[in-house]
Amino acid sequence: MKVLVAVKRVVDYNVKVRPKSDMTDVDLANVKMSINPFCEIAVEEAVRLKEKGVATEIIAISVGPQQSQEQLRTALALGADRAILVSTDEVLEPLAIAKCLKAVCDAESPDLILMGKQAIDGDNNQTGQMLAALTGFGQATFASEITIDGDKITVIREVDGGLQTVALNLPAIVTADLRLNEPRYASLPNIMKAKKKQLDTSTPADLGVDVAPRVKMLGVELPAERQAGIKVADVAELVDKLKNEAKVIS
Amino acid sequence: MSTLVIAEHDNSSLNIATLNSVAAAQAIGGDIDILVVGESCQDAAAQAAKVAGINKVLVADNGAYANLLAENVAPLIAEVGASYSHILATSTSMAKNIIPRAAALLDVQPISDISAVISADTFKRPIYAGNVIATVQSSDAIKVMTVRGTAFDAAPADGGSASIEAVASAHNPGISTFVGEEVAVSDRPELTAAEIVISGGRGMGNGENFEMLYSIADKLGAAVGASRAAVDAGFVPNDMQVGQTGKIVAPDLYVAVGISGAIQHLAGMKDSKVIVAINKDEEAPIFSVADYGLVADLFVAIPEFDASL
Repeated sequence: MKVLVAVKRVVDYNVKVRPKSDMTDVDLANVKMSINPFCEIAVEEAVRLKEKGVATEIIAISVGPQQSQEQLRTALALGADRAILVSTDEVLEPLAIAKCLKAVCDAESPDLILMGKQAIDGDNNQTGQMLAALTGFGQATFASEITIDGDKITVIREVDGGLQTVALNLPAIVTADLRLNEPRYASLPNIMKAKKKQLDTSTPADLGVDVAPRVKMLGVELPAERQAGIKVADVAELVDKLKNEAKVIS
Repeated sequence: MSTLVIAEHDNSSLNIATLNSVAAAQAIGGDIDILVVGESCQDAAAQAAKVAGINKVLVADNGAYANLLAENVAPLIAEVGASYSHILATSTSMAKNIIPRAAALLDVQPISDISAVISADTFKRPIYAGNVIATVQSSDAIKVMTVRGTAFDAAPADGGSASIEAVASAHNPGISTFVGEEVAVSDRPELTAAEIVISGGRGMGNGENFEMLYSIADKLGAAVGASRAAVDAGFVPNDMQVGQTGKIVAPDLYVAVGISGAIQHLAGMKDSKVIVAINKDEEAPIFSVADYGLVADLFVAIPEFDASL
């Protein structure tokens, strides 16, 4: 079984981003970049499928700037067999990324596509669902457990009320939630080996994808800061404040 | 201009989350219709028809929509929504799953989790875990959006008398099936709708200790939440998680117990009206957003808090 796993280069989750001084966008100059944490979980799941003998080949793919090669090398070090970079200097929207991924799916015919449920930069939570629409495949978002049996995949999903289980025909698209697995660290020998693995590059134009933006960023601002309040001395003072000052309990 | 609001419901009743999207639709302006998709969902449709200011309610009542599988519902939304200028749904796990799929079928770039309406094509939305608010303008012919429920006060649930029309089309490509669900049963209010939320973090130590919070919650009519650390540690189930990737809440009172206040947690609760933090570490970042901070051992303070209610 062939597995395609998509990864995105994003600001590292430990970085607190700030707007540029002209407030046109966030300031990403000299900021540490990493593989999106949810994508890392998707890569780990693909590697585990290969270790179980379910997956035979793992292809890591990224749609983004040239430097996304670093994140693809990370995926290769974790266990992907080869990588594809759809390279662009534009900041692509999820719909355009989904169209690029669709073109690669048409060429590679994967049986399973694993992705993160959202990227922690735009927090859109859209690309997997849109790729599913464009390919006509079934989708299981927010996955916390997957089981493959023949040409079906059963997925436990994290939903508002608890957990939901769905079964999909393969090929299908699964987006990883936090509790799908805990990603491993790449070992040094594997990092070295990853440098020699195949990494092909193309562009959205090569794939025939129109990536013209539909949504324009007009500007950014910081959210209203919350003022720190007061420290209370004990529980009695806390209860008194909640009853008589904030009036939120009676 | 006309907006189609996708209802959140359990077939028998309309979920209040729907009313947050109605409020966002009112801010956009124009006619507002509600689409109720499900199986045996006529009661929910009847409630939707009572919402003030609704033009009409469309009901797609069909076995194909029984469990709201994205593969079946997204083509319906794309079909019905094609004649509207805006399609809205409140950011629940249902909407997050289905709306982008419907948008792609319409060749639209959707906008997730809007927190303000500036004009019919311009909206605000949080990015980077809410550390930055972006203002974005859509050039798509149809604006497809999810709505951050806590950012829009619910529209009145009654006072209207909209007509109800059936939608006949049934989409089922036959590529997915519903197997089952494990839904937490609780007499306490839903996290996202509760007026008071009391949440526990890693400091709670284990799942049994959450009983202390349930006891207080039952006295206050509160919902109980948790930080990601508490969920990852297996103290409580994932549906209790408050934060960037869990539930976004904005109650009148939020009590954070044994929660340090990681940025991902703050993203899910910092719009609460009054925040209380109880933590033994006085340097915990949670105190920087708390209106009332109590530096204390929660195992002493929480029983005392309970006894004083």
